[in-house]
Amino acid sequence: MFGYILRRLLVAIPTILIIITVAFFMMRAAPGSPFDTERPMPEEVRRNVEAHFGIDRPLHEQYFNYMRDLAQFDFGPSLKFRDKTVSEIISEGFPVSATIGALSIALAIFMGSLLGSIAALRQNKPADFGVMGLAMVGITIPPFVMGPVLALTLGLYLGWLPTGGLDPRLGMTPDRLILPVVTLALPQIAIISRLMRASMIEVLRSNYIRTAHAKGLPSRAVITRHALRAAVLPLVSYLGPASAALVTGSIVIEQVFQLPGIGRQFVTAALQRDYTVVMGVVILYATLIITLNLLADLLYGVLNPKVRYE
Amino acid sequence: MAPQNAHPNAELLEQSAIKGRSLWDDARARLMRNRAAVTSMVILGLLVLLAIVGPYIWPHNHATIYRDAVWLPPTFENLHIFGTDAQGRDLFARVLIGLRMSLAVGVVATSVSLAIGVLWGATAGFVGGRLDQFMMRIVDILYSLPFIFFVIILMVVFGRNIILIFVAIGAVEWLTMARIVRGQTIALRGMEFVEAAEAAGVSRLSIIRRHIVPNVLGPVVVYATLTIPVVILAESFLSFLGLGVQEPLTSLGRLIAYGAQDMEVAWWTLIFPGATMMLTLFCFNFIGDGLRDAIDPKDR
Repeated sequence: MFGYILRRLLVAIPTILIIITVAFFMMRAAPGSPFDTERPMPEEVRRNVEAHFGIDRPLHEQYFNYMRDLAQFDFGPSLKFRDKTVSEIISEGFPVSATIGALSIALAIFMGSLLGSIAALRQNKPADFGVMGLAMVGITIPPFVMGPVLALTLGLYLGWLPTGGLDPRLGMTPDRLILPVVTLALPQIAIISRLMRASMIEVLRSNYIRTAHAKGLPSRAVITRHALRAAVLPLVSYLGPASAALVTGSIVIEQVFQLPGIGRQFVTAALQRDYTVVMGVVILYATLIITLNLLADLLYGVLNPKVRYE
Repeated sequence: MAPQNAHPNAELLEQSAIKGRSLWDDARARLMRNRAAVTSMVILGLLVLLAIVGPYIWPHNHATIYRDAVWLPPTFENLHIFGTDAQGRDLFARVLIGLRMSLAVGVVATSVSLAIGVLWGATAGFVGGRLDQFMMRIVDILYSLPFIFFVIILMVVFGRNIILIFVAIGAVEWLTMARIVRGQTIALRGMEFVEAAEAAGVSRLSIIRRHIVPNVLGPVVVYATLTIPVVILAESFLSFLGLGVQEPLTSLGRLIAYGAQDMEVAWWTLIFPGATMMLTLFCFNFIGDGLRDAIDPKDR
């Protein structure tokens, strides 16, 4: 187990290094500079500003400087927002993104496994078709359609929920979180309920479930004590990819609902050539996703004694 | 002219012989029984036709601006059946162009992912050993990455070039295809009928052509069909963020983004592009599922 973790980490480090390197040079290859303003700066001012941020140096030198700072967990200053460091920008936005992401995945796991189990227990009956139909809808409708439509109907027409503008000063009140969280969770609910249905059907056919029924256990006990435990396993291995999907989805959600999270900051920063902010967000998310994947794999090993990590 | 030592009843035998049904005939029959898939194929056919021919015969051009008809609700007057947008452009004409763009992305980007995925997976599967492990390790690593970040950066770098959108998205979506093809190739290599063909002295090329390709083809076709909606979504996602195709060209994602901005005053600018996109995605998903059930019935 320990050796396995060590080996995974050994793979993760070069992976992150490659990501950083590729992102660094790709971003610098983009035409334009962070100091392109509507009215061009005077040449001397521009040169001074560039010298101040050290982006007048040769590219390889900039790269080594960046990596050196990074080794000390210094993500550098934002090139666009004066007086703000990348760490400050990220620590302002990340709680918003993380809250919405965590709530969404929790909702998705709960609803997905519930719906999937119901569908499996009523296989080929109306309830099953209903759930699978809904899952198809959930997978097909992208968040950037679902979000505005929900905001239009529930928010604007019915006036039940605020449509957006999660102002950190107002605090993240639950009613403001509902729409973004639900929108982000829907596709994942759909995928998880499909996975759950398939794995539940397989488990329900297995011998030990028949044995449990034969012993005379009540159906409820067979399902909750025996079947569910085994059926949940495939969901655990889906958690890694799910986290990546949530990161992607959060970019859209933050755009649709005007949330001050880091997904939105990433897109803005990329368009404005705010190199350091782009790098900061990429590094954060890459690390996060790799870590979550590792955790999901380890959890799978803990829950499934058939898997042995050497 | 009959061969000399032909069976005396050769003619009779030939007549009474039941025409063999290949796996593909079986699959086609199963697919045709799947109502959702058949309906989807018909609808998709109409959508494709609309996307290709529609812009030529529709009276409005997608870029023409009608200054006195801004945010016109859907009406049959002047044939603005989907209404007009914030600049007074006919929404139906724009949806047609958007649909054309989305379908084109779907086909081209999926072909790119198909080419990379099949080559990668087949190489890893055939060669095996160290190379296989190395190649699949790369796939594993890439799997866990937030690819969308790189696509976004790519778009920024190369400035919203349509061809690049196609290639970039295709280059991101090949991983699962590679895994599927590798798995199939390895499984097939060990199959008795392949060994039997080898033992019978069938040439390597014929084995690949007669046995490997048809057997890998099924899952590949299924997965390719299911990749198309994913790819269409990816392009729309980029366009939604303003990183995809540029005016006056448009795509469904771009239209949805405008619609989301204007929905408070003009619901139709969101609903029609959104519904068109959903209809398209539904069709591809149902066809993909239908194909999977038809080609690989044991999953049912």
